[in-house]
Amino acid sequence: MRHTLSVTVENEPGVLSRVAGLFSGRGFNIESLNVAPTLEEGVSHMTITTIGDEHIVEQIVKQLRKLVTVIKVVDLIEHSSVEREMVLIKVNAEDAKRAEILRIVDIFRCKVVDVSVDELSIEVTGDHGKIEALINLLGRFGIKEVARTGTVAMKRALQV
Amino acid sequence: MELTGAQIFLECLKKEGVDVVFGFPGGAVIDIYDELPNYPFKHILVRHEQGAIHAADGYARATGDVGVCLVTSGPGATNTVTGIATAYMDSIPVVIFTGQVPTPLIGNDAFQEVDIVGITRPCTKHNYLVKDIKDLAYTVRQAFYLARTGRPGPVLVDLPKDIMQQKFEFEWPEDVSLRSYNPNLTPHARQIKKVAKLIEGAERPLIYAGGGVISSGAEDELTWLAKSLNIPVTATLMGLGAFPGDDPLWLGMLGMHGTYAANMAINNADLVLAIGARFDDRVTGKVSTFAPKATLVHIDIDPTSIQKNVAVHVPLVADCKSALSALKSEMEPNLDSIDWEVAHAVWVRQVQEWSETHPLRYKKSDTDYIKPQRVVEKVYEISKGEAIVATEVGQNQMWAAQFYKFKRSKSFLSSGGLGTMGFGFPAAIGAQMAFPDKLVVNIAGDGSIQMNIQEMMTAVCNNLPVKIVILNNGYLGMVRQWQELFYNCNYSETCMDAQPDFVKLAEAYGAAGYRVTEEKDLEPMLKEAFSNGKPTIIDVRVDPQENVYPMVPAGASLTEMLLV
Repeated sequence: MRHTLSVTVENEPGVLSRVAGLFSGRGFNIESLNVAPTLEEGVSHMTITTIGDEHIVEQIVKQLRKLVTVIKVVDLIEHSSVEREMVLIKVNAEDAKRAEILRIVDIFRCKVVDVSVDELSIEVTGDHGKIEALINLLGRFGIKEVARTGTVAMKRALQV
Repeated sequence: MELTGAQIFLECLKKEGVDVVFGFPGGAVIDIYDELPNYPFKHILVRHEQGAIHAADGYARATGDVGVCLVTSGPGATNTVTGIATAYMDSIPVVIFTGQVPTPLIGNDAFQEVDIVGITRPCTKHNYLVKDIKDLAYTVRQAFYLARTGRPGPVLVDLPKDIMQQKFEFEWPEDVSLRSYNPNLTPHARQIKKVAKLIEGAERPLIYAGGGVISSGAEDELTWLAKSLNIPVTATLMGLGAFPGDDPLWLGMLGMHGTYAANMAINNADLVLAIGARFDDRVTGKVSTFAPKATLVHIDIDPTSIQKNVAVHVPLVADCKSALSALKSEMEPNLDSIDWEVAHAVWVRQVQEWSETHPLRYKKSDTDYIKPQRVVEKVYEISKGEAIVATEVGQNQMWAAQFYKFKRSKSFLSSGGLGTMGFGFPAAIGAQMAFPDKLVVNIAGDGSIQMNIQEMMTAVCNNLPVKIVILNNGYLGMVRQWQELFYNCNYSETCMDAQPDFVKLAEAYGAAGYRVTEEKDLEPMLKEAFSNGKPTIIDVRVDPQENVYPMVPAGASLTEMLLV
């Protein structure tokens, strides 16, 4: 089962390697790990997506909470949340295929960010499912390069 | 007044109440050593940094206080890693100070530079590199605070040389607050009620105590619980001494080399109270058959320990002492409503019968060899069970755990989690430093003792009369035992018959040495050795074929014991 963890950490040197080292040292999976500062000075936010059964994810959450530099860990599977990932995709686009690719770009509400004679670079933002679907669809044209940010996520506001 | 970094560092140690530092100087910490004579604590100069960290660890285990170790950068720092991992696995509060190259050189592959913070990240509770003298005092304060609170553990602070030379105003931070570190000490009231109900309903309850009972100081509460409610007690290697080893409710250690009674009790109990123990694989054997009939209650301060290896029914995250105190308060008012003697009489009779029919035993020697178990029994008799006993790792460790009856906590110092050969002797030095008048005995093997034998010089220099009893069987005995039982007697590289003359070795260091080859000499020589006031090696030639029993083969169920 795929879990997205929202982790708030002290922004100090080595915190990323503490977290990453915890995963590698204990044999846990990291699918993606995204880290950037928050509005609060000295605090960073990490979004970690990981795959494991309930027992493993429980251990991951507990072990993360045990790290002295980790302030808070939330497993977003327990909450309604918004997840997004941004991906840049460079795809083969000879003249004959270009129109079809642009149609897909349109349907998926992506942006074309670079064009050349036989390539298109596309920026797409969306949740895990949308990204996977787009990559699948573009795959048959020949994807030359992909750059992904990894998932960022946050809890939804309380809906009354 | 402005002080140098080195002075600030030493002032901090003074504020923390440190009275002994185990260390080894070097270029990166020379400024600290330059100031050291002006400070009141004692510095013990070891002969190898591994000795320093194990000694600090032994000091911490014997006293319950934080042990302190100071070494230089690079090789000095890396030499402590084994000891740091040892302390980490057994949750021992130690603070390790390592020198570091000056900050402008960090990352430049400077002479004696190593990323010790990176290296020790997985085996410390937390670690720091002090990059600014402004942070120095607070970092040292935090390091001690982290080491001794919550689940204790080793904390490392890396001190660059230029920071030790800079000047800054010294201000001692009285308070430590870390928003991300709030160990949960107090138990959940509803869970305590639940546990109390379970105890009331249980017919065959059993206490399984671990090192957490000792590190939280919950021995009295544990003893109250067992005795007032008539519940038998078993313990892990780390829990030995938490409950008096000569009490009728004591079953001995459980697990791979546990007693028949303890392992059978786990197998038949209907309620197991695991207190400050972490269901290590050496304890559980095959997890799926561990305590099959029992409701499992698990009290531990570290949430990660709970549900890690074994699914428990009632988790209780709390300091063991707080949890057991709360349990006591919960049960005390109704103590008279149940006759606990009667309630558990059948069960207690059953476990005691197991103890009687299958006690720890060994075959009397049919050769002239001295039995190693006999040696431990003799050490127990002569010391009247009052010694602090350190061990190395292997057969010597298991025989010490089995045949010395530990009456009080902090009297058994052994590397449980990591199984570090070479631990016992320096740990014994640390304990002897804390208790100069106590008898401190290191029970060793001929293999293990050679891993840190150089610390003999440390013991001699500091008049620390540690006694090393070598159970000398000429083998790496525990590995030989596995080879005999599970590897078709293929004794690959475990024979150690090429040995130093341990008596001459002791004498070369200025210590005393004895060799015992006949059983009749055992008692008089041990007595003489124990009272000679000097660091001493007693080289006892024991039966090379002797094995540790009972034994549960790795991965088997606890009931599948190989008995004598």
